[in-house]
Amino acid sequence: MTVKQYKEVLAKPLLEENPITLQILGICSALAVTSNLSVTLVMCVALTSVVSFSNLFISIIRNYIPSSVRIIVQMTIIASLVIVVDELLKAYDYETSKKLSVFVGLIITNCIVMGRAEAFAMKEKPFISFLDGLGNGLGYSIILIAVAIVRELFGAGTLMGYEILPLVSNGGWYPANNLLLLPPSSFILIGLMIWAIRAYKTDQIEPNEYKLSGHATAPDTSKREVNV
Amino acid sequence: MFEHYLSIFITTVFIENIALSVFLGMCTFIAISKKIDAAFGLGVAVIVVCLITVPLNNLIYNSILKEGALAWAGLPEANLEFVGLISYIGVIAAAVQILEMFLDRFVPALYNALGVFLPLITVNCAILGASLFMIEKDLKFGESVVYGLGAGVGWAMAIVVLAGIREKLKYSDIPEGLQGLGVTFLIVGLMSFGFMSFGGISL
Repeated sequence: MTVKQYKEVLAKPLLEENPITLQILGICSALAVTSNLSVTLVMCVALTSVVSFSNLFISIIRNYIPSSVRIIVQMTIIASLVIVVDELLKAYDYETSKKLSVFVGLIITNCIVMGRAEAFAMKEKPFISFLDGLGNGLGYSIILIAVAIVRELFGAGTLMGYEILPLVSNGGWYPANNLLLLPPSSFILIGLMIWAIRAYKTDQIEPNEYKLSGHATAPDTSKREVNV
Repeated sequence: MFEHYLSIFITTVFIENIALSVFLGMCTFIAISKKIDAAFGLGVAVIVVCLITVPLNNLIYNSILKEGALAWAGLPEANLEFVGLISYIGVIAAAVQILEMFLDRFVPALYNALGVFLPLITVNCAILGASLFMIEKDLKFGESVVYGLGAGVGWAMAIVVLAGIREKLKYSDIPEGLQGLGVTFLIVGLMSFGFMSFGGISL
């Protein structure tokens, strides 16, 4: 294991193999907790720490887990970590914990955590698994933070609760776009974000199952291929 | 009494649809909605598992974990709510495992139809989410049965509808970067806006 490999494991999930936009993992919470940046940051920290440490612990005991009961063993480790996070949050930031409601508990079933445990931590050494968890947690965080910034800035004119764009209702010039505060708008934002990433990383494009054939009305069809 | 249960059912299926209003179970919702058949199989599995696990977790919460619930065992001050998450997920994993064995033994046709989806359901957040919402709403046992059924039916309906749209969509001409995942997100967003119009209904 060289430093280069460590860097690669850490950096790849940020854009190239982003858990949300490419691997379709962990979407639920990406939608429900992004209307407010400070809540989103707490969620990102919670998820990143759970996924890194679950990867670490599962990787440490990976050689002792019988493969037939591995899901339950992984679940137990993940659920214990989530309980720790949940109790910490209730003790030190009760307000945010109320706002996140069930979504902290749902980190257990967040597919990023299970997916990385299964795909990476069961095979690799502890330290690099920890980095893989950290990388994937950060990849998730980047998307969530980007969505949250757009939604809070243009939806409510604030960031982290501070006023950036003065609202018309407070005597400013910016009419708030309430549509962005509604949860479905985050679907649209993530959809557009995927489009943007794939316009830049063209190898991520999924080919269509069916192609449109060329104009079939032209009378002269000397070398035209007709796709059915 | 019947009206009360009916109103819980309608509310969970339409107004608080677990997929399109609360956004749970999104990973499988988007990954396994390319074909109607597969979506339908998964939907049925989710209904069955929800119907079993939500009332079961309700019993566990009300008779063991809740503050003061252990009074019958001589421990009136015990509050085990902090082990809630791990017990709910344990119940779900166990229920899925038992259901799998039961179906394999007695209803092989359904078992084969559900195939790989059954074990996948353990990590579907719609199931755990339904249990957590049930705890948050503080439902009674009878209500939790209806709530579990409603949550499953709502999710199943949503995934079948999405699969229908995506089957039609594969013949359309979509810009390159948007094909597949991107356009699916946009569709789900629009469907979800549609379901928001149920929000104004009060029962």
